[in-house]
Amino acid sequence: MSINILMPALSPTMTEGNLAKWHKNEGDTVSAGDVIAEIETDKATMEVEAVDEGVLGKIVIASGSENVKVNAVIGVLLEEGESAGDIGDAAPAAAPAATAETAPADADVEAKTEEAAPAATVSAPAAKPVAAEKEFTGPTTSTTVRDALRDAMAEEMRGDENVFLMGEEVGQYQGAYKVSQGLLDEFGEMRVIDTPITEHGFTGLGVGAAFAGLKPIVEFMTFNFAMQAMDHLINSAAKTNYMSGGQMGCPAVFRGPNGAAARVGAQHSQCYASWYAHVPGLYVLAPYSAADAKGLLKSAIRDPNPVIFLENEILYGQSFDVPDDDDWTVPIGKAKIVREGSDVTITAFSVMVGHALAAAEELSKQGIEAEVIDLRTLRPLDTETIVNSVKKTNRIVSVEEGWPVAGMGSEIAAIMMEEAFDWLDAPLKRVCAVDVPLPYAANLEKLALPQVADVVTAAKAVCYAD
Amino acid sequence: MATAPKSAASKAKGGKGKAKTKAAPRSRTAKPKANADELLKYYRDMLLIRRFEERAGQMYGMGLIGGFCHLYIGQEAVVVGMQAAIDERDAVVTSYRDHGHMLACGMDPKGVMAELTGRIGGYSKGKGGSMHMFSKEKNFYGGHGIVGAQVPIGTGLAFAAKYKKTGGVSLTYLGDGAVNQGQVNEAFNMAELWDLPVIYVIENNRYGMGTSVARASAAKELYRLGEPYGMPGEQVDGMDVLAVHAAAEKAVKHCRDGNGPYVLEMLTYRYRGHSMSDPAKYRTKEEVSDMRDNHDPIANLSKVIVESGSKTEADLKEMDKEVRAIVVEAAEFAQESPEPDPSELYTDVLVEA
Repeated sequence: MSINILMPALSPTMTEGNLAKWHKNEGDTVSAGDVIAEIETDKATMEVEAVDEGVLGKIVIASGSENVKVNAVIGVLLEEGESAGDIGDAAPAAAPAATAETAPADADVEAKTEEAAPAATVSAPAAKPVAAEKEFTGPTTSTTVRDALRDAMAEEMRGDENVFLMGEEVGQYQGAYKVSQGLLDEFGEMRVIDTPITEHGFTGLGVGAAFAGLKPIVEFMTFNFAMQAMDHLINSAAKTNYMSGGQMGCPAVFRGPNGAAARVGAQHSQCYASWYAHVPGLYVLAPYSAADAKGLLKSAIRDPNPVIFLENEILYGQSFDVPDDDDWTVPIGKAKIVREGSDVTITAFSVMVGHALAAAEELSKQGIEAEVIDLRTLRPLDTETIVNSVKKTNRIVSVEEGWPVAGMGSEIAAIMMEEAFDWLDAPLKRVCAVDVPLPYAANLEKLALPQVADVVTAAKAVCYAD
Repeated sequence: MATAPKSAASKAKGGKGKAKTKAAPRSRTAKPKANADELLKYYRDMLLIRRFEERAGQMYGMGLIGGFCHLYIGQEAVVVGMQAAIDERDAVVTSYRDHGHMLACGMDPKGVMAELTGRIGGYSKGKGGSMHMFSKEKNFYGGHGIVGAQVPIGTGLAFAAKYKKTGGVSLTYLGDGAVNQGQVNEAFNMAELWDLPVIYVIENNRYGMGTSVARASAAKELYRLGEPYGMPGEQVDGMDVLAVHAAAEKAVKHCRDGNGPYVLEMLTYRYRGHSMSDPAKYRTKEEVSDMRDNHDPIANLSKVIVESGSKTEADLKEMDKEVRAIVVEAAEFAQESPEPDPSELYTDVLVEA
């Protein structure tokens, strides 16, 4: 059966081009891979190679022809035993059915686009309900956030031999911030691995190990250094399960301190919450209390998805009551109302929850009862808890340590517009870091970071209580 | 090949606190041998990749395949020779010029082609495309679109093999363009530091997109890039499947025996452009035709087979027909398989716990 040679496209956007030159004449034998013609567009010249073998029976479009449509028949190839006489009216019919029907001639492309339009209206599935947090009524022990994180890792490593910890100074040094104190002694150097200072490399290595079924906990000495590893966190860890049609998940936890510490300057003092919260395929957690730090880290290690776990250096030394239960966890995706109130909702996460609580005490003295929500999970955000609170208080202030532009507060403001607009009695206010790189000077640093007084001022403003 | 393949950098491996000795030259791998069945298998596997890629190129020209499409034509001997040296314990990962690697791993041509056309029957349900396909079942870990990113990932696969004591080796492929990425050197360092069983297969096809190795790399002998870390390396004629296989056997043994990583530089050539829209003005027609006419891995192996008397040219032609039929079937499947259901838009973002 004769085979039609079609005008090829050089790129998905090409619709026509010039047939500059035939390299073969009618009657020439053609093998697969032979260059048979040259085509050109305004951008490039390309050689057309034969895919099939046979004899060039007929040249349909001559050398030098301009504006030849993609997929137009430019020649006919005869297979063994055929002659040019066989072409006749057989040629058009011989075009592979699929070619004729699915070739994207311009009209077809448009038709396809329209056909595809309904797909765009498919709505996202409703968020899966998150299991309610188990209320813990048993005994508790006052524990620092630092030790709670260590205990979470140790317990999960005892329970699952595929869990291991890697990062800079996690082993012999016992952790740059002593979070991994004692783990090397208990689990040995195969499971507590000191890496070179090579964030991009060891993050990619951790992702590969996770693809192969291990459960790495990758510690960044601080999240500032994870910018070196951003490509693996986003392109490799977050996207691969989707790109593989669900075959290859990345059960890894990437953790370390995030945000400002104390007077360490601009390069060591950035909050990355909204950067990661932007990315589908990741969970992003940012606990405040030691109990949540432990319960969420345990959930993160057990989860089959990549988790960004944002800690805070200032919080490491603070103590909170933690349940005496090795199997106690906190569900991912659930915010927590840490103080009930009826006049204004204040959302915060990580170290800023402390500021929000202190502000609430101050506001209470002035007759305003604030409801403080510890977001805990930033992706997926527990919008239900926030919206329900706003339905009660009708006012909201968002507090974060990061910059204002495209920050978590911006996202919460958008959610309020979309889901709680009719319940609001005042526009939302954001309390954020000032929109500058963090300065070193003590007075300027204080001015740049959100303070308790800023939260009080914002809350009073949305209550029109000035 | 213009340059004769070379070998370098053996090292003494000791126990803990070992003193890394200076690299000493190592002689070239002995002339490889293979039996008739092996030769025929290599031939068929290479032919399948060649015919598959030709068809993919044609379908791209017809608008059935979109986006980026990087063909492997010319480089077939590399994956076929490497793959023949590994077993089911071993993992494979590569960049975005990945169709040949998937076929060599035994992935179904239908599933690969249907992914190229963006259909539900593709390995990633049409959500990955040419550059992003995976098969957990065949230990193929992608399919990565960022130059060099697969190298730490492949090193992590080796880490997992060592951690779980599976005896597995990671074949981590990268191009000559990737070697200058920082993360490649970061991975080399960790692999040697921790004696990980990974073979870095550098497919040197002379051009990273349009930039020749000479213009991109201060170090021209890519097989020596592991030397500063104490990693042995060898340069191999990547157009000769037997030479590739012999080098692969040696490297795999090195890794399986717990001696740490290994570098193989495959001197190879891609006949087509970097991607479909590459006019390839950075090299001469004479250079391309010299490689095709005098160094083609498939044509050369067919001569070896015919001269050995085990098969005639007619036999090989018959095999070509069988292979073409497989590719035609794959192409038909790839066009008949439906587009993914719109509901697939939202699936697989996260693994359901």
